Amino acid sequence: MKTTPDNSGDVRLSGISKTYGSFTAVHPLDLTVPEGSFFALLGASGCGKTTTLRMIAGLEEPTTGTVRLGDQDVTNLPPYKRPVNTVFQSYALFPHLDIFENVAFGLRRRGIKSVKKQVEDMLELVQLGEQARKRPHQLSGGQQQRVAVARALINHPRVLLLDEPLGALDLKLRRQMQLELKRIQTEVGITFVHVTHDQEEAMTMADTVAVMNGGRVEQLGSPADLYENPQSTFVANFLGTSNLIEAEVDTKNGDDIVLKAAGGKLVLPQARCSAPTTAGGRVLVGIRPEKISLTHADDAGRIPEGRNRLTGKIADASFIGVSTQYVIDSPVCDGLAVYVQNVERDGRLVPGADVVLHWSPAHTFGLDAAQRIDAGTEEEVAA
Amino acid sequence: MPFVNWLKRRLVVIAGLLTLAYLLLPNIVVTVFSFNQPKGRFNYEWQQFSTAAWKDPCGVADMCGSLSISLQIAVWATVGATILGTMISFALVRYRFRARGAVNSLIFLPMAMPEVVMAASLLTLFLNMGAQLGFWTILIAHIMFCLSFVVTAVKARVMSMDPRLEEAARDLYAGPVQTFLRVTLPIAAPGIAAGALLSFALSFDDFIITNFNAGSTVTFPMFVWGSAQRGTPVQINVIGTAMFLVAVFFVLTSMVVGNRRNKHKA
Amino acid sequence: MSTLTEAPPPLAPAAPEKKPPRRRGRFTPYWLLLPGILWLIVFFALPMVYQASTSVQQGSLEEGYKVTWHFATYWDALAEYWPQFLRSVFYAAAATVLCLLLGYPLAYLIAFRAGRWKNLIMILVIAPFFTSFLIRTLAWKTILADNGVVVHTLNSLHVLDLTDWLGWTAGDRVLATPLAVVCGLTYNFLPFMILPLYTSLERIDGRLHEAAGDLYARPWTTFRKVTFPLSMPGVVSGTLLTFIPAAGDYVNAELLGSTDTRMIGNVIQTQFLRILDYPTAAALSFILMAAILAMVTFYIRRSGTEDLV
Repeated sequence: MKTTPDNSGDVRLSGISKTYGSFTAVHPLDLTVPEGSFFALLGASGCGKTTTLRMIAGLEEPTTGTVRLGDQDVTNLPPYKRPVNTVFQSYALFPHLDIFENVAFGLRRRGIKSVKKQVEDMLELVQLGEQARKRPHQLSGGQQQRVAVARALINHPRVLLLDEPLGALDLKLRRQMQLELKRIQTEVGITFVHVTHDQEEAMTMADTVAVMNGGRVEQLGSPADLYENPQSTFVANFLGTSNLIEAEVDTKNGDDIVLKAAGGKLVLPQARCSAPTTAGGRVLVGIRPEKISLTHADDAGRIPEGRNRLTGKIADASFIGVSTQYVIDSPVCDGLAVYVQNVERDGRLVPGADVVLHWSPAHTFGLDAAQRIDAGTEEEVAA
Repeated sequence: MPFVNWLKRRLVVIAGLLTLAYLLLPNIVVTVFSFNQPKGRFNYEWQQFSTAAWKDPCGVADMCGSLSISLQIAVWATVGATILGTMISFALVRYRFRARGAVNSLIFLPMAMPEVVMAASLLTLFLNMGAQLGFWTILIAHIMFCLSFVVTAVKARVMSMDPRLEEAARDLYAGPVQTFLRVTLPIAAPGIAAGALLSFALSFDDFIITNFNAGSTVTFPMFVWGSAQRGTPVQINVIGTAMFLVAVFFVLTSMVVGNRRNKHKA
Repeated sequence: MSTLTEAPPPLAPAAPEKKPPRRRGRFTPYWLLLPGILWLIVFFALPMVYQASTSVQQGSLEEGYKVTWHFATYWDALAEYWPQFLRSVFYAAAATVLCLLLGYPLAYLIAFRAGRWKNLIMILVIAPFFTSFLIRTLAWKTILADNGVVVHTLNSLHVLDLTDWLGWTAGDRVLATPLAVVCGLTYNFLPFMILPLYTSLERIDGRLHEAAGDLYARPWTTFRKVTFPLSMPGVVSGTLLTFIPAAGDYVNAELLGSTDTRMIGNVIQTQFLRILDYPTAAALSFILMAAILAMVTFYIRRSGTEDLV
């Protein structure tokens, strides 16, 4: 394992795993969180993301593997000796202490006597200077959340761990706190590791997202990368919505693969396909709903050449202001989702109308057809 | 009809208040009769108003001595049972260990056992061991039967405590001892206080077990029992009334203070 | 009790990697348990064993006792004292039913209808605890006195004629009759009924009442179908907390009753402290304990609230 001064603040997990009896919460996992980054662990409940976080915090003992902070192996350090702090789910503020004492807790435990100035500055940073002498239960959810952040940050940890920190807040407040957390992170420059099940939250806040499923990291990358180039059906469905169409590899044409789906022909760039492509093999063709354009069947001739096309019939249309969401039944696949910006609305696009769906081959991605096609969809996650 | 309807709607309230009256009636009688000047040895019939007993509460031989013994026993029994019971509660809630079922039964059984059975069997033990009956045997017995109640009270509180609070403390540089002293103990404090208060009341008021294991030592309840045979001095009522008033005053002040503090903080 | 069969921690015969034995405090629970549990074993469980042994001994105070496995003591004790046993069960049951009937409205009142008076009523329920129960029980001698208001009123309403006919009272007296003893028992153990009832009632979401009303249930139906079933845990623990001590009590029977109202507690007390017939006393208290444990177990099974314990 190479150690260069550049990554002296990285969090590095090597071969880390956790089993409870016969249940494996986290399969052996290697992960490096670069210093100063905002890193998100994203996944449905029970995917092992919180366990991973707790192993970094020291609250959970890994079954195998090591946790390193820069050069230091902290695997065997108890939580109170690790330069890592946590913002807990539902905050875990001490109910018997006021806000000031909650924030001062970590400083006092490290034997720092004069805490007043630091605590006041920290409360100022999270805009709670007025509330210092109140008890946690007297504050609103959003304020409690800020106290939890202040209580952790005041210790200048090398890494701040956030365990679903916004889960208990309502939608509007959550948006606001997302921006606020991002602002604080930029300001203090500390590494944040953020656990969440909310893909939108992960994407707005994090530089890097690791999507976890069943105790494994499915894919790791920047939010845009994950969204545009999902490598598995789970990622494709869990981050936003994807239309997945089963197709058969027909021929290869330079950098492109040509596929057959219900008689039609679809083109997929080789570079955007994570599945093995032998002629006659099956591939899942993916396309995001907003990448698809919708043209009434009468105007089919006006669609430019070189675009992937499918025919279909509008089954349902719902107007949601900024866009209209269509559900389209096509011979290749029922229930395709298409989002169309409400720029110029074609009055003929109503349920029952015959339409042509078309999109640029460059937006198409290909996945291994051996996976469950519904992995990561809401129905599947709930089951 | 309107009256019947009114009555129907308030039936629960009226029945409840009647029960409350039933509960409080003896206390009223005790209070009123603390101002009585009885003719004979027994203070069961109203004769005439007098404050004599209030002016001289210790005027009866041995009564205040027994009161002091009872208070001492109650204090030590409370201390003992609270410490032992709190330790057991933490073990039960926080740790996994073998024989948990046996431990739970051992804690439940004393509460499900008629006092007279415990009293008699404990006396059998003391007789067999040749122990000198008195202060210490009473104290041992009181710690024994208070223990289960403390465990119940503290366990409930510790169970409802968010385990993440302790994790948060450990995360914030508090070692095991610090975590216990700074977080666990303060949060469990109301449960421990409730257990201690209950212990004190149970111990102070216990008669049956004490009566079996006291030897020649006389606690306050035993004094009252004896006087029921020999003649009840008015001073008993004075002590009873004073205890009631002190208890009510204590609870009311703590409530008022609590309210004011909440208002002040909000 | 299923935890008795809890799997022992795996010894990890072939630990794949060096796993540091960081399980600090594996013995902590035992250290925490030790003093308290030892106390209960020595001063609660062990005495039971001694008592069991005493009950099958023979001998006399002067010559000492020896274990002779003389089980006849049990039969003799039962043959002689079965009326007191029956009476104890009967009085305790009557007091328990009365406690439930009296206590339920008050618990309901505190939980749902008291509003800002809630705390005050709560204090008034608990506060009498702080006056010695013996003093309060003696007060009933005054309340039920032969020439007191209560007896006068009952007499003029001819209630006493009825209770006399039922055998609950004797002549114009209430004191020294079964009624007085049951009244004292009810009074003494009423708070033990009210508090668990209140605890379980208070947990009921008030909106359930509204939901039941919304679904066409009249108030009484709401109570029967919603409130009462949900308060069952409180009813069960309340009845147990009332019945058990009442069945073993001898204070009320002694202070408010007569020789015709002696309960089994009185017999045990007399045998132990006055007659000094230890084997008989031990046998009696063993029978009482066994009977109560059997009844409690049966009752808890029947009412399906094993988790209560």
